[in-house]
Amino acid sequence: MKKLQSTLPNMAIVLTLISVLAGGILAYVNSVTEGPIAQIKEKNLADGIKTVLNAQDLTVQDSKTLDAGDVLYITDKGTAVKTVTNGFGGALTVLVGFDNEGNIQGYQVLEHAETPGLGAKAGDWFQKDAKGDIIGMNPGKKELVVSKDGGDIDAITASTITSRAFLLAVNNAYKSFKNAAVTAPAIDDKAVTAEPASDEITKE
Amino acid sequence: MSNFKVFMNGLVKENPTFVLLLGMCPTLGTTSSAFNGMSMGLATTAVLVFSNFIISLIKNMIPDMVRIPSFIVVIASLVTILQMLLQAYAPAVYDSLGLFIPLIVVNCIILGRAEAFAAKNSAVSSLFDGLGMGLGFTWALTLLGATREFLGTGKIFDFTIFPEEYGMLLFVLAPGAFIALGYLLAIVNKIRKA
Repeated sequence: MKKLQSTLPNMAIVLTLISVLAGGILAYVNSVTEGPIAQIKEKNLADGIKTVLNAQDLTVQDSKTLDAGDVLYITDKGTAVKTVTNGFGGALTVLVGFDNEGNIQGYQVLEHAETPGLGAKAGDWFQKDAKGDIIGMNPGKKELVVSKDGGDIDAITASTITSRAFLLAVNNAYKSFKNAAVTAPAIDDKAVTAEPASDEITKE
Repeated sequence: MSNFKVFMNGLVKENPTFVLLLGMCPTLGTTSSAFNGMSMGLATTAVLVFSNFIISLIKNMIPDMVRIPSFIVVIASLVTILQMLLQAYAPAVYDSLGLFIPLIVVNCIILGRAEAFAAKNSAVSSLFDGLGMGLGFTWALTLLGATREFLGTGKIFDFTIFPEEYGMLLFVLAPGAFIALGYLLAIVNKIRKA
């Protein structure tokens, strides 16, 4: 086949054809992968909520998005809060689990762009029995601050900025948890105070 | 040139990283560990093989003056397809490469091979060229990643060789990438010329 000349109609037709074809193929692949991708995201979140609340089976009773962008997942075993702050390398998304008193049950770093080998350790560093253990602490009684800033949490070695960002995220998550608890009374309170008729419905 | 020679050409003689010095940005950016380097290399290889093959098939239908935009549309589509497939079926790899996958589009190895090889040769030898160049890129990135991971954290492919506390953190960070790449370039070229 002879090579097409670079005339204006030829160029316009070829570019249009290639783009339309590429667009069609992409739309097809997108329709195929859309389902699995959404499933993975949902599964990650569901697994995350279970991990941070230390419970194998729980039911999410309610989820709400606050003005700050934090998302609360209220379950029968406690509340998981998803919050975003700026880490060292970009957005740092953390899921923190609280029991009804506000004690930290667990946490998971959902998305991050921290330095591998340094800030990226945040996923393990603050877990139970690790060097910067924050499990069981209550940010309402004492704000979580790294030892460099006068607090009592050991920062990740050579990653103070990530550690500060992470603890800020946890503190923010606690604030969201607390605010939400104030504006909308917890489910247990409702059972006592609310009028019986509407209570029946909310309980279901 | 036989297909085997074309293949070996990319793997050793004209290795894209160590000889042609193309695609330095993903080379430096993704090689913080051997696994990341290898994943990036394999992802690039997949795109390179298909882009070389397709471009070589349609080379006569593309007028010369619009060849670059046409090539880029083909490459970008392939990368997007790869990204969606990885996200759906290999989320672990997708998570570790993340931002670098879309950047495969602007990897100059891919456009470079499309221009220098696929636009002039048959579809089959373009396929071999893509494979050779891609695997050449892969082993170079794996070697660099392994070096940095070893010096920085004492591990290779997450297998501990010496305790992490004695690692030189510098090598995991960006400056270490330049230093390690420089020394590897010197060593590989010394061996190549010997």
